[in-house]
Amino acid sequence: MQDLISSNDKFSGNSSLEAYVLHLADNALLLGQKNAEWCGHGPILEQDIAITNISLDLIGQARNLYQYAASLINQSTNKHSFAEATEGKPINLASEDSLACLRTEREFKNCLLVEQPNGDWAQTMLRQFLFSSYQYYLYQYLQNNADETLSAISEKSLKEVTYHLRWSSEWVIRMGDGTEESKLRMQYAMEELWRYTGELFIPVYYEKELGIDVGPLKDNWLEKVKLVLDEATLSIPENVFMQTGGKTGTHTEHLGYILTELQYLQRTYPGCEW
Amino acid sequence: MKPGTIDKKVLYEYLEEIKDPEVPVLSIIDLGIVRDIQLKDDELEVTITSTYMGCPAMDMIATAIRIELTTLGFKKIKIIRAISPAWTTGWMSEAGKRKLKEYGIAPPQTRSDGLRLTDGVECPHCNSKNTSVISEFGSTACKALYRCNDCKEPFDYFKCH
Repeated sequence: MQDLISSNDKFSGNSSLEAYVLHLADNALLLGQKNAEWCGHGPILEQDIAITNISLDLIGQARNLYQYAASLINQSTNKHSFAEATEGKPINLASEDSLACLRTEREFKNCLLVEQPNGDWAQTMLRQFLFSSYQYYLYQYLQNNADETLSAISEKSLKEVTYHLRWSSEWVIRMGDGTEESKLRMQYAMEELWRYTGELFIPVYYEKELGIDVGPLKDNWLEKVKLVLDEATLSIPENVFMQTGGKTGTHTEHLGYILTELQYLQRTYPGCEW
Repeated sequence: MKPGTIDKKVLYEYLEEIKDPEVPVLSIIDLGIVRDIQLKDDELEVTITSTYMGCPAMDMIATAIRIELTTLGFKKIKIIRAISPAWTTGWMSEAGKRKLKEYGIAPPQTRSDGLRLTDGVECPHCNSKNTSVISEFGSTACKALYRCNDCKEPFDYFKCH
């Protein structure tokens, strides 16, 4: 089954670098979108502002990554498929907007964690913490990548992710080591979300082909996560079956609903600008 | 200016007129957003960098640069957006820091060893260092929200980045 999925995905024609950049972009876009749903609904004004600030940072990451993916896709399209039909004139089929707003669910390569429901504030904070701690180590690793654009985006994003990690760690601790009710909710969030952390460190075909070794990042990540969870008096659920598939396009039911809302305007009014 | 040459100093003076739409007391030069200006053949290349990845002011700033340079008579202008090296508050001019404080925003402050300051950010109103953080995230990506424990005023702090 896994092979079938990855060959389907390959059929979309993306090179492994294109696929990987899209994977990073989709992660950032989806979590940015989910966090933005809190706009006007945060528990207090300052935290409403904080979560939407993080959302803006993530959408900024997504924009830069989609722009890069679009330039890669347009280069290879012009080189291979359309050179004859357009008499050598370059055409630009992909753009940051088309990649975000016109791909289907199976073409999205984000990890399952970022598409999980906001739930309550505990679930949103834990999702942010688990993901920011992952991005923190991933971008440290990628800023040394030979690909200059990837390395530049990572270096720049890392500065912002450091804030996201510190802020979300504080919330996990505050609620885990808080009242009986807040601890209950945090522990419930752990039961809900832990199963989506496994795939972050299991390389899929595009990571393997690019030599991007996400596996070894797990040790640092786990050490950091345990440190915060210990302080928050929370425990890691045992014997959890780790869900996988998001990175190659097999998603949980939630992604379809998110995309329906996110893509509504471009699907209904193609090319609409404002 | 002679044809075919540019005086960077003069151009920077003109670009000084363009303010950050979110912090209108600072120019894009004060912020260190403009990284370079080069004349390549007859095209003027301006390299800019964003403060934060998702800064919504960048499109507006790029347009403002284009308008300013067009009024100066440049016909071909190319705006290059660089990501690396990543913008840092270390590029903010001293004049910029002074203007921020006068405006009521605490400028970015580092400790003597160069590390970011977490405690004791100086209140821009009464200069007290007896202040505390309300929120790590403020009204824009570049600011955090603080309060002064002495004069009791809340204030924005332009984060070290």
